[in-house]
Amino acid sequence: MVLKIKHNQFQWQHKHLLGLRELTREEITHILDTAKGFEQISARAVKKAPPLRGKMVVNLFFEDSTRTRNSFRLAANRLSADTIDFTQKNSSVSKGETLLDTAKNLEALGVDIVVIRHNAGGAPKLLSKNINACVVNAGDGCCEHPTQGLLDVYTIRQKLGTLEGLKIAIVGDIAHSRVARSDLWAMTKLGAEVTFVAPPTLLPPNVRDLPVKVSYNLDEVIEQMDVINMLRIQFERMGGNPFPSIREYSRYFGLTAERMQRAKPDIVVMHPGPINRGVEIESEVADGPNSVILQQVTNGLNVRMAVLFLVNQAAASQTA
Amino acid sequence: MSIILNASQINSILNNLAEQILSDVPKIEDLAIVGIRSRGEILGNRLCDLLSHKTDKDILCGTLDITMYRDDLNDPQGAAQPLVRTTEIDFDIDNKTIILADDVLFTGRSARAALDALIDLGRPKAIKLAVLVDRAGREFPIQADYAGYKTDVAPDQRVQVHFVESDGKDEVEVDVVE
Repeated sequence: MVLKIKHNQFQWQHKHLLGLRELTREEITHILDTAKGFEQISARAVKKAPPLRGKMVVNLFFEDSTRTRNSFRLAANRLSADTIDFTQKNSSVSKGETLLDTAKNLEALGVDIVVIRHNAGGAPKLLSKNINACVVNAGDGCCEHPTQGLLDVYTIRQKLGTLEGLKIAIVGDIAHSRVARSDLWAMTKLGAEVTFVAPPTLLPPNVRDLPVKVSYNLDEVIEQMDVINMLRIQFERMGGNPFPSIREYSRYFGLTAERMQRAKPDIVVMHPGPINRGVEIESEVADGPNSVILQQVTNGLNVRMAVLFLVNQAAASQTA
Repeated sequence: MSIILNASQINSILNNLAEQILSDVPKIEDLAIVGIRSRGEILGNRLCDLLSHKTDKDILCGTLDITMYRDDLNDPQGAAQPLVRTTEIDFDIDNKTIILADDVLFTGRSARAALDALIDLGRPKAIKLAVLVDRAGREFPIQADYAGYKTDVAPDQRVQVHFVESDGKDEVEVDVVE
């Protein structure tokens, strides 16, 4: 048996995770490799390890979220950090306090890592320039949702071994989707070819500047795909009527059992959740053998533990 | 730089370690070897092979990554950023006698981290420490139960263990850290 010991010269440098666009392939791979090491924590008797003992992580959420907020919180707790949940509804943010004032106040309490979700793109970056704590973007406007992008490529890598040469379709509400953008950066950097599939009204105006193929017709492309990621229609973000009716949308862009017949038999079906059953995906497909939707949730925890661990490591080595 | 152990010496030391472990552990079914990444893993695998050869039985064998349990993670003066790797122990450690294997016992900090990491996996009957080289410089009250080779190298010297599996040769050398 030959056993290779990797001499890891790679040093993670970022005390903030703001997006995947600015990360290199090597950095993304490093996060995924680190996440692999955290997988076993959730599988054992004591589901806790000590690397963030004595650290405080704040979930600063200005938008509704269940799974991302809980996932970050659980990730922080599994690494022994203390956590505070700070949501817009029950905080002084609703009394008119600004983002920076809120953050400064949290910092005065000795926060080490701020996990922020905000409806304004760029809010995490603004925050990172104004406080000493590490900042992790948990979704900003329609810009990025880096940990979702990471957990998606982690899940694909787990399922298919590599992203190199894969054809991946991201279908649906691209215009309002920060997931689509983070996915695009992570997937293309790891060597996949990405196609956005949507009606023209649900594509972002700058789509031609992005490294992505575009199709208006799911039936034309589904046969070639190795992975298909079905996005949720974000009704809450929509103004106007981007499509005539939900029924018409799901007839043309929904992933139905009938449409699955034409896909590769081992196509990987993904969805970032929460699902609008019967709109972008039929229950039979969401719960079917090709679906990795629940693995995505599990992997989200592993990836978030890795991110919290790495930003804290970078902060520790920068105080030297 | 000087070589303190060559391949045949390492070979006979490992053989001795395996014999000592066998004479200590009454029930071979209760025994499990756990190597600390990275070179303790190789030592663990070697001991495992020797033991199963000697007893003609399969010996449980696993690998432990202790990165998350290190005490210098938040120390800016600490070692270069460590990589978290996987722990691969696919058996139940409850009530087992665990032989923790590492290449060099120096400060005792790795062994401390490994003890904490193991205890989070279950409740073994006993944990014993087996090392190839037991060198001076302990900072924690930790000693080896099975020490292959003891040496009093100075604090500024480094003991480097090379194994065929990772470095192409079996050799232990001592050099001075600049």
